Amino acid sequence: MKALTAFLAGAIFGAGLLLSGMTNPANVLGFLDLFGAWRPQLALVMAAAIAVAAPAFLLIRRRQRDLRGEPVELPRRSGVDSRLLAGAAIFGVGWGLSGICPGPGVVLLASGKPLVIVFVAALLAGSWAASAAASASVESAAPGCAVD
Amino acid sequence: MTAPAAWHALFGGALIGAGAAALLLLNGRIAGVSGILGRVATADLGEHGWRIAFLAGLIAPALLLGTGTTELHPGYLWAAISGLLVGFGTRLGGGCTSGHGVCGIANLSGRSLVATLVFMATAILTVLVVRHGAAA
Repeated sequence: MKALTAFLAGAIFGAGLLLSGMTNPANVLGFLDLFGAWRPQLALVMAAAIAVAAPAFLLIRRRQRDLRGEPVELPRRSGVDSRLLAGAAIFGVGWGLSGICPGPGVVLLASGKPLVIVFVAALLAGSWAASAAASASVESAAPGCAVD
Repeated sequence: MTAPAAWHALFGGALIGAGAAALLLLNGRIAGVSGILGRVATADLGEHGWRIAFLAGLIAPALLLGTGTTELHPGYLWAAISGLLVGFGTRLGGGCTSGHGVCGIANLSGRSLVATLVFMATAILTVLVVRHGAAA
């Protein structure tokens, strides 16, 4: 059941990425290129996504349980630290090089293009390296995770 | 931007938000793709199943319908460097466009808003340098 709902959620998300045009790196780079032929779609995509997701976050924050009744702890870390800033800055450089972020990277695997496979394999290696470096450096340092 | 492109962006974005809402409401989990992907191999077993299912769902529409027009930057080294930076940065910073940019901001997280502004800024600078050669 958990797997089924996660699959459906992923499928809706993936269909949205395709429909929005964000799986074409040219549209992403076109948004990031403020000084070229600017393509504003990415801003519309994010605004619509946030507007639709926000009520669900509000509801779950109030209930502190999901619709199955299981407890949910939403991340509520405050404060900005150097890891967050450095990580976001590094991610932005990588994103600006290819126009591919993790979601579209997974979707584009469906194309079977070797360039995409190389990108995703490198992404996994980079993620592994960062977690290895983090656990090697300091004690717990709970990965400042909006995604946990 | 043509009118159809704008509608596609709005409806596509709404679907992305709906997918994130569904994962939160039904699974109690946040749809941050970098975290789900980066932890898929290392997750404890209880967290394994939904991550794999979400990723399978994510790729399923493209397997059925195709990926449409995709203009990729040529060059394997370029793709590898980009992927390494994306993987390292998202793990260090705890999120990507979906985790911080969509879910974090929808969750009214100040950290996620800051992260989003920072990665947007460095991505814009990177494109500026690459496309317009505006080195320092």
